[in-house]
Amino acid sequence: MPVVERGEKIAFKNAAERTLQDGQMRRNLRHATTVIRGKREIVVNEIDDWQELREQAKQIKTKALKNLPRLLEQLEENVKKAGGQVHWARDADEASDIVKQLAKQSGAQEVVKIKSMTTEEINLNRVLADEGIQAIETDLAELIIQLGNDESTHIVVPSVHWNRDQIRELFVREFNQPELTNNPPELANAARAYLRRKFLTAKVAVSGANFAVAETGSVGIVESEGNGRMCLTLPETLISVMGIEKVIPTWEELSPILELLPRSATGERMNPYTSIWSGTRENDGPKNFHLVLLDNGRTDILKDSVARETLHCIRCGACLNICPVYRRTGGQAYQSPYSGPIGAIFSPQIWRSERHFAHLPFASSLCGACADVCPVKIPIPRILTQLRYRMKRQSGQAGFFERFAIGLVTWFFMREQRFAWLLKLAKFGQVPFKRKDKLASVPLMGAWFEARDLPAVADETFRDWWKKNKS
Amino acid sequence: MQVLCAELGIQIVKVGLFLACFNESLFPETGKSVVKILEQLNCEVDFPLAQTCCGQLQYNSGFQEHTLALARRFVDIFAPYDAVVSPSSSCTHMVKEVFLQLAEDFNDHDFELKVRNLAQKTWEFTEFLVDKLKVTKLGAYYPHTVTYHATCSSSLGLKLDDRPLRLLKQVEGLELVEMESANECCGFGGTFAVKNKEVSTAMLQDKIAAIEAVDVKYCVAVDNSCLMHIGGGLSKKNSEIEVIHLADILASRKEEI
Repeated sequence: MPVVERGEKIAFKNAAERTLQDGQMRRNLRHATTVIRGKREIVVNEIDDWQELREQAKQIKTKALKNLPRLLEQLEENVKKAGGQVHWARDADEASDIVKQLAKQSGAQEVVKIKSMTTEEINLNRVLADEGIQAIETDLAELIIQLGNDESTHIVVPSVHWNRDQIRELFVREFNQPELTNNPPELANAARAYLRRKFLTAKVAVSGANFAVAETGSVGIVESEGNGRMCLTLPETLISVMGIEKVIPTWEELSPILELLPRSATGERMNPYTSIWSGTRENDGPKNFHLVLLDNGRTDILKDSVARETLHCIRCGACLNICPVYRRTGGQAYQSPYSGPIGAIFSPQIWRSERHFAHLPFASSLCGACADVCPVKIPIPRILTQLRYRMKRQSGQAGFFERFAIGLVTWFFMREQRFAWLLKLAKFGQVPFKRKDKLASVPLMGAWFEARDLPAVADETFRDWWKKNKS
Repeated sequence: MQVLCAELGIQIVKVGLFLACFNESLFPETGKSVVKILEQLNCEVDFPLAQTCCGQLQYNSGFQEHTLALARRFVDIFAPYDAVVSPSSSCTHMVKEVFLQLAEDFNDHDFELKVRNLAQKTWEFTEFLVDKLKVTKLGAYYPHTVTYHATCSSSLGLKLDDRPLRLLKQVEGLELVEMESANECCGFGGTFAVKNKEVSTAMLQDKIAAIEAVDVKYCVAVDNSCLMHIGGGLSKKNSEIEVIHLADILASRKEEI
C-alpha cells in the first residue's frame, strides 16, 4: 500500500510528513539515487562536449515548440500516410476515453502496457479497469508497483523505493513461487515468465512515446528491458499516447536527445532498446496503429515565456536523483505521476484547478541542483519562483497573513530610517527570549525553533559600529 | 591616502560593501572582518547606510512586486562604486542573476540597464579576492580543524568552484577535513525552512550528521544564512561544533590570538 495515495489531494507538507516517517523507503531511495547518480557522473564526464550537447538539445526543443502547430500537423499527415490513425485529445478524460473506446472495439479483456508517464497522467489503468479491461504493466519496476498495489515514487524507476527482499516477498506471493531467492536475475526471470504469457495472448498494447519525428511520422520509445519491443511487435493493435510537446522536426534532432537521455536517466551510454516505428506494415508488427495526441494544459504552459521550458523535459529523472527534497520525501509526497523538481513545476501547470498542487512550487529549497543536472537545461528554480508568484496572486484570502507580513517587512526595508527602527524593535523585542547571545524559542515561531536556535540581534549591529568607527 | 597611493602607482578600488540584512544584525563580526581584509588590500571601503535588503525573502516567497521595489532601490544605492562586494553568495546571486530576470519579467528596460551595469561589478567576497584582487594568501592564522560546507548559492548559483577552498588552504595552522556530500543543501531555503519544516529538518539532520562524522571544531562556509541554519541545529542539540564564516577565519591573525 502506498504511504500517500494520489487521490488524497493533501498539501505536500502533510504528505511529506508521512513519507519521511518511512525509514525503509528513505534508506532504499537514498541508496538507489546514489547509485544512479554515480553511474551518471561517470558516463557524463566521458563526453567532452556535454555542455554543448545540452545547449543543442535546449535549442532543438525551443525551436520545435515554437513551430508546434505546424509540426503536429505534419506528424499527423505522415502517420496517416504510413497507415496509422491520429486522435486529438484536449484533456486527460478525452485521451483515456479514446483509448478505452479503441480497446473496447478490439474486444480485448487485457491490454499490455509499456511504461508510460502520459498514460499515468490520464489515469488510463483506472479508466480501463472501470470498463472491465485489465491493463498489464510490463516494465519490471511498474509491474512491481502494480502487483504491490503501490504507487510510483520515481518517473524512471517507479519502484525505486523497493529493495530486493521486498520484491522477493511480493513475487513469492503473486507468482506462487516460494523457492524464489532475492537474487535479482532470479527475480527478473520470474517476472519474465509471467509477462511472456501476457505478451503472447494480448491483442492490444498501449505505449507512451519518448519522441515523434514529424518528417516521417515516426514514434519512438527508449527502454531497457525489451518488454517494450514485445508490446510494439506482438499485439494486433498498438495505441500510443503522446504529449504534444514530444514532437521534433527531423531525425537529425533526435541524435543529441538520444545521447543525453540514457546517460542522464540510468547512467548508461546507450539504452538497450530503442524502438522507432512508422505507421503499420503488412505482415510485420501491429495491424492497427493509433496515435493519441494529448494537450492537457500544455498549450496553456506554452503561453508563458518562462514556464514554457517545462515542456522541454525528456523525462530522464536526473533532477529527482539529485534533489535533496525528493531524495528524502520520495515521489509519493508529490501525489502525481510527475514527482521531484520537474513534478513540482509540471503538475501545478497541467492541473491548474487542483488546489493541492499549488503547494508544490514551495516544496523546494531552491538549491539549484536540478537545473545544474538537467540535460535540456530547464531553469527549474526560476520556474518554481515564477509559479510561486502566480500562486500568491491567486491565493486571495488564504494568503492574507503572509501578504501582510511581507508587505510590512518590505515597508521597513524601503527606507534607511525604517530599517534602523526595525533593528531597534527586534533588539528590544527579543529581550524576554534571549539566552546569552541566542534565542532558543519565540512564541508563534515554533516551526523554526523546534529544530534550531537563532542568533540574537547583536547589541551593536554592524550599522552602529560603522557609524561609530568609520563614518 | 588616495593621493599617496596614486603617487606610488597603487590602484585603489572604491568598494561598496553590501553586507545583507541578516549579517548586519545577526553577524556584525563578519562585516568587520570583510572591512579589515579589504582595507589591508588597499581597498577604500564604504558601507552605504541606505542599504537594507536585496529582496530575496520577498522573491522566494512569490512577491515579485515587492522585490522589484527593493531591487530598484538597491541598484541606485550601489551604482556609484567601482565594485560592490558581499560576504553572502545568495544575496550576490540575487543581484547578479535574479535582478536581471525580474527586469525581463516586468519588461523594465531602464532597470535592466542599471542591473546589467551593476551585475558586472558585483562580486561575492571570495570571488573578489581571488579573481579581482588576485590574492589567496592573506596572512591568516587559525589553529583549528574545520570542515567546509559548499553552500548552494556559492557552488551552484555563482559557481565559485574551489575559490573558497583555495583561500582556506592558505590559512596557517588550519586543518581542513572534508565532510560527506559537502555540496548538498542544508535545507534552509529561506521560508522553506518554516513552510516545509519537516523536510527542511530532515535535510538539516543529515547535514549535521555529516559534520559530526568528521572530527572538527568548526563548520565554515561563505554564507551566514546557511550557517545560521546549520549552527542553529547544532546549538539546539548542544553540539560542541560551531559555525564560522570564511571571512572571519581569513581576518584572524596570529598576533591577535
